[in-house]
Amino acid sequence: MSELIRKTAAELAELIRTKEVSAVEVARAHLDRIAEVDGAVHAFLHVAEEGAIQSATLVDEAQEPASPLAGVPLALKDVFTTIDMPTTAGSKILEGWRPPYDATVTARLRAAGITILGKTNMDEFAMGSSTEHSAYGTTHNPWDLDRVPGGSGGGSAASLAAFEAPLAIGTDTGGSIRQPAAFTGTVGVKPTYGGVSRYGLIACASSLDQAGPCARTVLDAALLHEVIAGYDPLDSTSIDQPVPSVVAATKQGASGDLSGLRVGVVRELTGEGYEAGVQASFDAAVRQLEKLGADVVEVSCPHFTTGISAYYLILPSEVSSNLARFDAMRYGLRVNQGASAEEVMAATREIGFGPEVKRRIMLGTYALSAGYYDAYYGQAQKVRTLIARDFAAAFQQADVLLSPATPTTAFPIGAKIDDPVSMYLNDLATIPTNLAGTAALSVPSGLADGLPVGLQVMAPALGEAVMYRVAAAYEAARGPAPMPEVKA
Amino acid sequence: MSADPGSPGPTLGRDDVAHLARLARLAVTEDELDLFAGQLDTIIEWVAKVGEIAAVDVPPTSHAVPLENVFRPDELRPGLTQEQALAGAPASQDGRFRVPRILGEEQ
Repeated sequence: MSELIRKTAAELAELIRTKEVSAVEVARAHLDRIAEVDGAVHAFLHVAEEGAIQSATLVDEAQEPASPLAGVPLALKDVFTTIDMPTTAGSKILEGWRPPYDATVTARLRAAGITILGKTNMDEFAMGSSTEHSAYGTTHNPWDLDRVPGGSGGGSAASLAAFEAPLAIGTDTGGSIRQPAAFTGTVGVKPTYGGVSRYGLIACASSLDQAGPCARTVLDAALLHEVIAGYDPLDSTSIDQPVPSVVAATKQGASGDLSGLRVGVVRELTGEGYEAGVQASFDAAVRQLEKLGADVVEVSCPHFTTGISAYYLILPSEVSSNLARFDAMRYGLRVNQGASAEEVMAATREIGFGPEVKRRIMLGTYALSAGYYDAYYGQAQKVRTLIARDFAAAFQQADVLLSPATPTTAFPIGAKIDDPVSMYLNDLATIPTNLAGTAALSVPSGLADGLPVGLQVMAPALGEAVMYRVAAAYEAARGPAPMPEVKA
Repeated sequence: MSADPGSPGPTLGRDDVAHLARLARLAVTEDELDLFAGQLDTIIEWVAKVGEIAAVDVPPTSHAVPLENVFRPDELRPGLTQEQALAGAPASQDGRFRVPRILGEEQ
């Protein structure tokens, strides 16, 4: 096996820049690795071998590197449009669809000279916490192939843990970057809402969706963050402000001194409902931060526990509206059953959508219907306000907030598939951040019974710099994270 | 639909699910009606916890970032060609989307 695949993105970029290895060699090493292990992992829905080699060739021929990550390979979640690759969002309704345009994230990756290896597996339209709701089969966790890699971005996270790619892109609507990062022992970042353009990101819930970087180290995530983040006039919710200097903050953090920094442990996101091994890993991580000089305080966010109920009203409501665009008329699947457009639409959506998508569409249709709107959707929006207030109060007491990223480690494939509510509960700790539009990440905090645990670091809106600083300091003190051997 | 939120008994029955499916343009099967009726009822009971929070005077939040209308200059700029726009269409004819009948016989 090529040692190139074990290197970090920062190391690979340096080797390519100094011409010690070519970008084509780096791409080839990762494509070979995908050929070797992806039959067992199933992280990818599409591998773009030819495009990857072409893109890497351009990097090798260029006079100057296009970015600090030029020539580094990346796995792209199949929810971003790509003009030269199929884009399915994990759904049968988009099988074989070739988008007529690139997402802004895709375009920025290309402009940075990053080699896109292919598109990764996900729960259909990003609805799920395991990739079991993909229409194209489940991704397997490289730590234990009988377990889920988390979701919805399980493919992106698994590709990192299996050393198929050093970088990946995910999207996080309720934890879809952070929960898979925790389950696979990798780093996943959900930026501030509006920090990364949603143009060309197939919508799940528009007020919650946010794209972000995934990597095996905090520095690699920071480097990728600076490539994809920033104002985009094509996304009307994009924030027109400078991108936080996360690379500089990461380097500062790696020096290991957190003196004077206040970190808050969120009382409602620990204890009951969290596995003993997860809790122990979290407690050890907090002690580690204390040793680095941070002042640890306990904070209370009383509405966080209701966040998950509010989320599962707000999200389906937005989903039921957003997914109305899959109407069998202009693109995607059409099932010619019945004479009228309405019959064709209903037949197509019945065949084209999986059970979880149908559940959420109907739940949203219900929550928005006359007579129920105020009790469900309206009330959930008020809870959303209260959660934002909880965050605001907590950030008066602490610079960042901490919790375990997930209540459990990776669960076995099939364990929760028939019980939607138990699947939803996996997002308990990640959801408040999406409702408030703030930033958070998951960084590996060791193992519990041989499976990875993630430490969640939460920061105020546009507070990414301090979040990366804390994560980098913790990572440096923790030492190298253990990584799995895939038994292909 | 059959009951008010918070009242005892199933909030959502089989007929309610059939109604929702029709509104959402989903031609669900008989088996799915049974499955979804049970699951959706459980989920709704669970999400109804939002009602336990006292929030009468709390303003709703629809979006984390305060939104205002975003304008751009009214200038021509490149977009998709007709060919590109139709490239993914299930059916097209004479440079247009070809769709099944939308209006009924009498309309």
